[in-house]
Amino acid sequence: MAETALTTPGQSPARAAGLKGVAADWSSDQRAFKNVSWGKAMMWIFLLSDTFIFSCFLLSYMTARMSTTVPWPNPSEVFALEIAGHHIPLILIAIMTFILISSSGTMAMAVNFGYRRDRVKTAVLMLVTAALGATFVGMQAFEWTKLIMEGVRPWENPWGAAQFGSSFFMITGFHGTHVTFGVIFLIAIARKVWRGDFDHGRRGFFTSRRGNYEIVEIMGLYWHFVDLVWVFIFAFFYLW
Amino acid sequence: MTNVAVDLGTQQPSLHTHMHEAVAVAAGAAHAEGQQHPIKLYLVVWGWLFVLSACSYLVDYFGLQGYLRWSLILLFMMLKAGLIVAVFMHMAWERLALAYAILLPPVLVLVFVAIMVFESEYTHLIRVLFFASPT
Repeated sequence: MAETALTTPGQSPARAAGLKGVAADWSSDQRAFKNVSWGKAMMWIFLLSDTFIFSCFLLSYMTARMSTTVPWPNPSEVFALEIAGHHIPLILIAIMTFILISSSGTMAMAVNFGYRRDRVKTAVLMLVTAALGATFVGMQAFEWTKLIMEGVRPWENPWGAAQFGSSFFMITGFHGTHVTFGVIFLIAIARKVWRGDFDHGRRGFFTSRRGNYEIVEIMGLYWHFVDLVWVFIFAFFYLW
Repeated sequence: MTNVAVDLGTQQPSLHTHMHEAVAVAAGAAHAEGQQHPIKLYLVVWGWLFVLSACSYLVDYFGLQGYLRWSLILLFMMLKAGLIVAVFMHMAWERLALAYAILLPPVLVLVFVAIMVFESEYTHLIRVLFFASPT
């Protein structure tokens, strides 16, 4: 702020002509996020846009559920399981929630060990996170299979409002896709950490740049976001 | 007069860059160590997330209904989301400029929610009035 105020029109430095000048102007000391690297800022901005995507899904679900005259299926019953002769409501979703939260915990610790440059612990914790994420996707596949066997389709289901199926497949499908991509990237970055790329300054094969341990935190931001979205899906779709 | 102005003009930037460097270095150091929080903090938050998830599950398990159910669900949801964003995603230790840029826009989604609530109530009303089966 102070610097901007100090600059008078006569003092602005000479710029190269043409497009180079335009590029220089747009890149000249105009940083909004002072101590955050571009990678982290861009991940946050991507997550913001993703927030809007999931907001729209949940909003369309809300609109469908509020405007239908047919009773909405009771998620507590739909997602109940018989375990050892006991009928437990919503138990599968509860277990999935705990698994995803645990994966967030291990991810947060991976970030911590990454900044301490503890290569092995970081990689192992990231792989544990990936394993928990894969477990989550596996349970989701089980859940989808079960519901499809029971006759749930995007256009109909045996229990009530037809929009239940389309909302369910759309929201959990998109979330599951996010988890799947997260698992893939977790494994890719865990491999780099394990190999010591960020200790020896090895150049990335795609960008030819030297990475550093901040990538673990950026990966962590994405992973925690996936967990965050699940918190909202759990509350609005499964519990409401 | 002009001399003084020029002098000031030439001196100020160097002073400023110095200050800026110092600030940047300090911020950098704080950042490098700033995101190094004790593991215990993460374990505590993890524990709280488990407790809160269990609470929201129990809301369903005990079959609470009505406004009590909805307010408890929202309460546990917001607490969980807050813990994840603040601690796990380190937003609590980021500069305010970033926090505002990321956290304020989603709040505006509430306007969209309000619009769609009106819209769906209207749709529901029309459906009840014109498509209700006569049986």
